[in-house]
Amino acid sequence: MSRGERPMSRDRFERGLFRVLRPVVIAFLFVITAFPFFYMVTLSVRDIQELILDPGSLWPRAFTLDTYADVLTRQGFLTFLRNSAIVSVASVAVTLLISIPGAYAVARLRFFGRRQVHFLFLAVYLFPAIVLAIPLFVFFTMIRLRGSLAGLVLVYIAQTVPVTVYMLRNYFETVPRSVEEAAAIDGCTTLSTIWRVVLPLSKPALMATGLYAFMIAWNEFLFALLFLVDRRENWTVSLGLSQLAGSIEIPTTVLMAGSVVLTLPIVIVFFAGERLLTEGLTAGAEKG
Amino acid sequence: MSPRTLRQRENRAGLLLISPTLVITLVVVVLPLLWAVMLAFQDVRLINIRRVGLFANYSFANFAYVVSEPGFWSSLVNTLIYTVAGTALSIALGLVAALALRDRFRGRLVVRASILIPYVAPVVAAAFLWETMLNPQYGIVNTWLAEPIAFLSQTHGEFLGLRVPVALLTVIAFEAWRYFPFAFLFLLARLQALPRELDEAAVVDGATPTQRFRYVVLPQLWRIIALLSVLRFVFTFTKFDDIYLLTGGGAGTEVVSVRVYNFLTARADIGASAAQAIVLAVVLVVFLAVYLRFFAGGEHEQG
Repeated sequence: MSRGERPMSRDRFERGLFRVLRPVVIAFLFVITAFPFFYMVTLSVRDIQELILDPGSLWPRAFTLDTYADVLTRQGFLTFLRNSAIVSVASVAVTLLISIPGAYAVARLRFFGRRQVHFLFLAVYLFPAIVLAIPLFVFFTMIRLRGSLAGLVLVYIAQTVPVTVYMLRNYFETVPRSVEEAAAIDGCTTLSTIWRVVLPLSKPALMATGLYAFMIAWNEFLFALLFLVDRRENWTVSLGLSQLAGSIEIPTTVLMAGSVVLTLPIVIVFFAGERLLTEGLTAGAEKG
Repeated sequence: MSPRTLRQRENRAGLLLISPTLVITLVVVVLPLLWAVMLAFQDVRLINIRRVGLFANYSFANFAYVVSEPGFWSSLVNTLIYTVAGTALSIALGLVAALALRDRFRGRLVVRASILIPYVAPVVAAAFLWETMLNPQYGIVNTWLAEPIAFLSQTHGEFLGLRVPVALLTVIAFEAWRYFPFAFLFLLARLQALPRELDEAAVVDGATPTQRFRYVVLPQLWRIIALLSVLRFVFTFTKFDDIYLLTGGGAGTEVVSVRVYNFLTARADIGASAAQAIVLAVVLVVFLAVYLRFFAGGEHEQG
């Protein structure tokens, strides 16, 4: 038997198979993730009549931005955007303000209960929001804070702080101690060491942490629904879209414009700081 | 200054700096949680909440009531199917994606970015997008099918002669689609950190691609897969948003968290709602305990 006629080995067969399969899988993944959002955008710039007459078309025949004008003004999405921005920015600011000293304490200072703190954070991270929703709903109803954006911000902070403390702590531990000791010798107190030495060295971690807090606040739905549903002027974009989605008077293409308005800011923010965030979130993965 | 006082100062500074974190978690998470447990044992509704004392009239009545209500057990079964299938599919798809994107190719960054979008996008937008695309009248997916399917409002349907739960499968597909990027991110990070030498040594030894995956790569991924399973299981088991937004709990997709919400808002029955949430949390803890025991044992055998 000559060499050329040798039956194909398992190795060669598999290599050949995966050489074909890999591009197919990649194309499949690209289509299932990119196509829906491509469709979202193209649907948002056409008239509702076009969708009803020709639901199978992928590309609008006539572009229109009236859908955006409608959703932003008539449907009130400008107000919702303002509310979402207030809630998200306030959450980010207060979360950072609380978690920076907390993370520094856990990273550097030996204090009573330091080991137990980790357990508490893990518990809060894994804890089901739906269980927490009940007492908070009742409590905020009783103190008449339900319906206010401040109550919502408070809940978001409590849910983010444990994770952000953990993220920041991991980073603070990589700041060389010698730099801090030098600052201490120069007469810095703990707080001024954090402010003048640790924070300037931790900008990427602060960005990642802020980004995480922003995403949580911008995307959150359950508490926004429970707290704000009766107060239309306080709706966030997520809540607004979910409430209007049920109505038959508002054309689907207009609501699609609303979806783009809701999705675009978070996608931009995410990809602007993506490298920082994914490194922070998966930092433990490399260690196995 | 003696070392003891230095240590004391450090202790005090530490407690001072961590106290805002502790106070907010205590006030907004820990105390409400304890209160939720107490509410589950009391007959409380939104209208009589001020009259019910904090420590009055404890009983198991709520628990007896909620487990005997129609639909409770089926919602628990739904929760379990939804969680197990959603977890398994999202991790499997994430693994496939991570393997496919492990080596460089032109446009990898674009595909990677695209894969992350379902996870980054707000759940409300993603759910509305699916609702629109799957709509029986004007949904684009239905224009590709010979016969329109009401994916989100049809409880059962025929597929190849089998009776399948259409809406339940659709919400599971949504779950897998939305959360596989999460598994993908973790698995890709781990894959790219694996030492190449082992893989190369296996090539020299004549291992085929599937053999290298089975005996070289997979054993190094088990720990992260196990971690992802726990995380996704915990998050999916108590998930409310996705199903509430897609089907509202209709068409055979009612899960316990949606019932908790309905009892709380539509019926304003706080006690029953809390009891259901506690049952959900307890079942979750039991499953986790069984899983961790099983898994810890399995890892021990592998050495």
